Parts: sequence; structure tokens; C-alpha cells
Amino acid sequence: MAVETAAEPAPGGRARAARAEPGTLGRPGRAVTMYVLLAWTWVRAAAQYPVSMVLLGLATALVSGLDAVGIALLFAHTPRIAGFTAPEVLFLYGTSALAFALSDILLGTTELLGRHVRLGTLDAMLVRPVGLLVQIATEDFSPRRLGKLIPSALVLALALPRLDAHWTAGRVAMIPLMVASGLAIFAGIWVLTASVQFVLVDSHGATKSLTYGGAFLTQYPMSLFARDFVRGVTFVVPLAFINWQPALYVLGRADPLGLPGAARFASPAVAAVLCGLAAVAWRTGLRHYRSTGS
Amino acid sequence: MGVYPWVAWFAFRRYTAYPLGSGAEALTNTVFGFIRASVLIALWRARPGLGGYDTADAVTFCFLTQALIGPVQVFGGMELTERIRNGDVAIDLYRPTALQGWWLADDLGRAAGSLLLRGVLPLVAGALVFPFHWPGPAGAAAFTVAVTLGVLVSFGLRYLVTLCSFWLHDGRGMDAVALVLSLFFSGMTVPLVVFPGLLGTVARGLPWAAQIQVPADVYLGKHTGTGLLGALAFQAVWAMALLAAGHVLTGMARRKLVIHGG
Repeated sequence: MAVETAAEPAPGGRARAARAEPGTLGRPGRAVTMYVLLAWTWVRAAAQYPVSMVLLGLATALVSGLDAVGIALLFAHTPRIAGFTAPEVLFLYGTSALAFALSDILLGTTELLGRHVRLGTLDAMLVRPVGLLVQIATEDFSPRRLGKLIPSALVLALALPRLDAHWTAGRVAMIPLMVASGLAIFAGIWVLTASVQFVLVDSHGATKSLTYGGAFLTQYPMSLFARDFVRGVTFVVPLAFINWQPALYVLGRADPLGLPGAARFASPAVAAVLCGLAAVAWRTGLRHYRSTGS
Repeated sequence: MGVYPWVAWFAFRRYTAYPLGSGAEALTNTVFGFIRASVLIALWRARPGLGGYDTADAVTFCFLTQALIGPVQVFGGMELTERIRNGDVAIDLYRPTALQGWWLADDLGRAAGSLLLRGVLPLVAGALVFPFHWPGPAGAAAFTVAVTLGVLVSFGLRYLVTLCSFWLHDGRGMDAVALVLSLFFSGMTVPLVVFPGLLGTVARGLPWAAQIQVPADVYLGKHTGTGLLGALAFQAVWAMALLAAGHVLTGMARRKLVIHGG
């Protein structure tokens, strides 16, 4: 029902859209307009069952808050884990979970690309006059996913005033900046891992270890993990730039890997490079897509 | 041979038909195992012997939970839910077999396939990298029984949740509630031995403990002699109670059911 509604182009948009190569983002402004329009369509569809929507939102909040409960249970037994106190770990949890929840709301459904390839529904999407990424990202966009923001925002609000940090203007400004660049890094990872599914349709099970695994990993201080592992998530998959490097600056801590001070501020640049790579990968994947044929 | 073994056999065949997909899932389970193990090692370094576990116990526990995610389907869900929503359940009810028995056989086949394809990799990878415990022959035999009972309890719980769809029509709300309970009280989030005070006592008595915590404790040899029999009896009692409740609810659902459409 809602799919058909979503398939209708915006009034007057047909001629312009038809000229655009299917699947490309098109002009950014138009992509954003289409995204909001399609997402709103799905929200209205979900709002037809208001009780179910609210219950699902609350349940989603509970599920994503379980990791914070897990951290609290660990700190019931010890004041410090790997040299970090409870407010410090919860600060890491809050920044990581907030960035991930935002990226998941915006782009999380791209992980279903492989299923669309397998079922053949991707072909139907490609003939519509809207970019493929916008269509997949807005699919089943439901307000229940906003529930994921509740525990992360709540924990961050509780942890920030309890941090034993020496607050300066730079450190305060770093917090929105690290959430924004964390969001961009996660967004890049969502699109990169989805692009892989153009080639390896069955890879979704494994790439979850980058998306959900990355979100889980960055909730904890990197000083917990083996050094070579931390090198891997710094230089190969730049998960350490989601919140760990900026958090070292906010908390005034030394980097266990001994990276230069500039690394603390490198997150926006890393995010930009990763998003660029993701855009290239997405376009390459789409160009090489061959329908399964039916 | 009766029909149920065939149902189980074909479910096993079906769930082992895509070994690459299952292998990919097992890889993610393993990565999560590595992250969780590192966290637990840090906790046990700060508090050695916490909850009667040493570090190797905690690490082994962590990889066991990852290995059992597939077999006991910690994240919940059953194919039957969708069949109730779209009316295909009418076909299931029309068969000259019991609804519960049919789906139990299907689930046992699925669990066996999942244990084979998703259980081995996390355990082997964990054993290669971290301090790890392997059980003796007697321990392995007891563990097999405990996992089987754990799968029965898991099916019992998920079947009850699924049958709610007969009354609610949309199973997603119940699925979400069941997921929270399952993740938290099975020992997936944090081992139940770490739960403090009353919360720990209550959690260890609930059916979710029979899914992962009890099989893991049996594997680690935390129960011996009559203690072991007690642990297995705890699982068996929950399995029987849940399956009996499922049986009663099936009868009620049968009387309630109105098939949508012609």
C-alpha cells in the first residue's frame, strides 16, 4: 500500500527525474527532499496503528538500552575497568550509541540490499524516478526506530555532568562534533557494507560485525583490547575515530597507541574520506549490478 | 518412521542449505565473542574469582553464548508467526498432525543445523586466541543433554509468544518484549553469575536461564553429581511446563481462529 504511494514521483518531478541516471544521488537538495517525503509516507503508514507504534518504540528503546544496563552491572563489581571509571565508559557508550542510532535511523535499512537483489525487487526500484539509495534508506521508515535515541541521549545527559574533565570551550565543542563525525563514519560503513552486497549477496551476516559490531565495540574504551586489534580498528576500519580519539581529548587522556595529538581532531577528515569511498563503492556496485533475471 | 522425524530431517536439510550464509553469521558471532571476551577479561582481572568463575571460565562462557545464539535462537522469532498473520496456519491446522508437535520437530531440525554451522566456529576461534576450557567426555555428554533441553525451553517460550498472534494479529510487539527478556535473562548481555543479590537469584530461577546459563555451567563443570541432576531437572521442568502451556494455548487458539478471507 505504502510502496505504491512511495513510487509516485513528486508533482512536476517526473521529467527532471527521468533524465537522471537511476540510482545516482542526483542533486543533493532533491535527494534530501525525496528522502523526507518518502520517510514521511512510511511514518504516516505506521501511524495507522498508533498503539503498536508506541509499544514498538518503547521496546526498541529497551533493547538498545540493554548494553548500558550491561555496563552498569559490570561497574557494580569494580570502580574501574581498564583504567576507566563508570561515567567515562558511559560517556563513550552515549556518544557511540547516539551516533549509531542516528545513522541507523537514516541508513540502517540499506543492509537489506542483498535481500532485494535475491528477491528481484531491486529491479522494480531501479525503474522508479528516485535514487536507489534514497528508496532503500527510507524503506519501512518507522517512528519506532526513534526509540533507539532515548537510551543513548539519556545516558549521555547523565554521564556528561559526572565526568571528571577539565572543561574548556574546545572540549565542549568537541562533543557535538564527535557525534556528528561518528554519525558520518557509521553512515559510510552502512553504505560500504551495503555496496558489498551487490557482489556478495550473502555477505550481510558477516558485515553485521562491522556495523553492529562497530557500534558495540566503540561503547568500551579501546584500552580493553589487544594492541594489534586497536591498530586494526584505527588504521584499517577507522572505528577508533567514531568516539575514542575525540574522547581522549575531552577526557585529557594519553593515547595507548601513542598517536600524535592531531589524531584527536582527525575524526571529521576520516569521516569525509570514508563517505567519499562509500559513494564510489555504491556507484561502482550499482553499475556492475546484473539482475538475477526472472 | 513417523512423520515428525521427517519434519525434523527436512528442517535440518533446509537450514543447512546455505552454509555460506550461516558461516557469515558465525563470523559475526565470533567477532562479538572477541569483543565481549575482552570486556569480561578486564572485569575478572579487577575481580578475580567473581561469581565462582575464573578468567578462562568467563571467556569460555562468552564464546558458548555466541555459539548458542543460533541453536536456542536468543533473538526470538518463529516462522509460524508470519503464517498466523497471513492465514497459512489454516494449512498447518488442516494436517492430521498436532500443530505444536509439527513445529517442535521443525525447530529441533533447525537447531541441530544451526549448532553444526554456527556453533563450531566461535568455540574454535575463542579457544585459539584466549584461555579456554574444553570439557571431558562426561562433561560433553551432559552438555549435549543440557543444550537439547535448552532448545526445548527456547521453543516452549517462542511458541507461546507466537501463539499470541492469534489474539493480537501483529506479533511484532510481543516479539520485541520477548527479545528484551531473552537477551537480558539468558546471560547473553552479562553472565547471570554477575547479577547482584536478589536480581541474580530471580534471574537464575527464570526459564531464560535454562537456555544458555545452565548449559554453559554444565559445560564448565560447575554442577557435579546430584547438582548436575538438579540443573538438568530445572531445565526439564521448565521445558515440560512451557510445552504444556503451549498445548493448552493451542486448543484455545483453535477455538478462537477465524480464517481471514476465503
